[in-house]
Amino acid sequence: MRAIALSALFAVAAAAMLSSSAGVRAAPVAYDPPPETAVLKPGPNLETANNYCGACHSVDYILTQPPGVGGGFWQGEVTKMTKAYGADIPADDQKKIVEYLNAAYRKPSA
Amino acid sequence: MLDRRELLRAGTGAALGAAGSLAAAEALAADPVATLPFANGERPIVRYPQKRPMLQLTARPPQLETPFKVFDEATLTPNDAFFVRYHLADTPPPADPDTWHVDVAGEVERPVSIALNALRTQFKPIEYVAVLQCSGNSRGFFEPRVGGGQAGNGMMGNARWKGVPLKAVLEKAGVKASAKQVQFDGADGPVMQGTPDFAKALDVSHVMDGEVMLAFEMNGKDLPLLNGFPVRLIVPGWYGTYWVKHVNQITVLDHPLDNFWMKTAYRIPDNDCACIAPGTAPTSTIPINRLNTRSFITNIADGAKVKAHKRTHLRGMAFDGGSGIRSVEISTDGGKSWKAAKLGPDLGKFAFRPWTADVTLSHGAHALKVRAVSNTGKGQPMEPTWNPSGYMRNVVETVHVTAA
Repeated sequence: MRAIALSALFAVAAAAMLSSSAGVRAAPVAYDPPPETAVLKPGPNLETANNYCGACHSVDYILTQPPGVGGGFWQGEVTKMTKAYGADIPADDQKKIVEYLNAAYRKPSA
Repeated sequence: MLDRRELLRAGTGAALGAAGSLAAAEALAADPVATLPFANGERPIVRYPQKRPMLQLTARPPQLETPFKVFDEATLTPNDAFFVRYHLADTPPPADPDTWHVDVAGEVERPVSIALNALRTQFKPIEYVAVLQCSGNSRGFFEPRVGGGQAGNGMMGNARWKGVPLKAVLEKAGVKASAKQVQFDGADGPVMQGTPDFAKALDVSHVMDGEVMLAFEMNGKDLPLLNGFPVRLIVPGWYGTYWVKHVNQITVLDHPLDNFWMKTAYRIPDNDCACIAPGTAPTSTIPINRLNTRSFITNIADGAKVKAHKRTHLRGMAFDGGSGIRSVEISTDGGKSWKAAKLGPDLGKFAFRPWTADVTLSHGAHALKVRAVSNTGKGQPMEPTWNPSGYMRNVVETVHVTAA
């Protein structure tokens, strides 16, 4: 799991008048996105969920899913992350993550 | 105007649910939150580089939704309000326009590497206005709800794109007779090695239609970084998934691309409505393709109060997958009767088509509806359709108002 450097240097044109077909470009400017603010709810295996889920994406991906989803929803998501998106998560940790997500994010009031 | 589709309020940390981090909750407390009208619809309003404050669906990778009122302010969606959608978090890529090249390889006579500056100066540019809409725009309104990015209606936009036709670029390389599809890949990518890199493909005949474009300008300016700077693909009339950003690699294939993004993701039921019974699974699927017809009332929000027995002005826009809009109609009685709206300026067959209508409402509650028909005769369903991925919502929209 590696942390992602969210800032990098990018070259963008600073003004509209510099565009057109002249090919004149402006100096690079910093790409500095706002800090991540979403955090997962407390629950069993929170650390496991944070480590694996948060390695590839911010956890608002989880927070914004519909509440009260059916029993297989979070298992399906974790399977998708490993099978389709290549997340390398040992089977017992996958189970822990599903347990966490079901405990924290399956209630309609979530 | 307060738009109840995205009720703005001061965040109190509630948007985080039971926030695990006090610091995070406090940080958010100072920031506004928009609430989309479905469960878990709270979205922080955040400001990204080159963007005005927008609804943040996700932070990493960034996914930003356009505040709906923007669609009422102008027919062309401003660059700084244009939605942002990424799949994988190693983005946006470093993008130095002085060294940027687009490589064309695969089933071609002469692989070429074209500098950005050459794209801008050595080809005859084309430009047109076209709607870019996410396949999953409005997914949050699906019932039963489905997983995925829970967008309101703001993952769409209408811009004037300028660039060079793919046809001219591919002719420079010389497409071989063996060519079937053309694959587009951007400089951004996944965080994990095992994650399939995002790449999409179109049939050669489609790419050679003279309209599909490598764009370097949007509304007369450079593309914003988060909209694909310095070069993105424009596939007018087709869903955004094909509009690959940060394009630096074009590969002509002698077979259909069978990666995750074509073969597994972005598939729709293989029937006319791209729909199936809620909760079921499709028997066969095809890659998502053309936009269906949609229309919106943009100047009156759901739940608004209007004056009874006085003229109420309605306006909005409609669009389809590239034939243009033939007609827009308004109903003030929940769809029992309809009257024609007046179409506004025609910015082209791929563009938002503005419309206006005046209605007079009696005292009480009214369900205002808008529906459009395209030049190919395609309209909108009165009841929402459903598919398991939450794509292509185009139900006739309803705005509830009270006249007093």
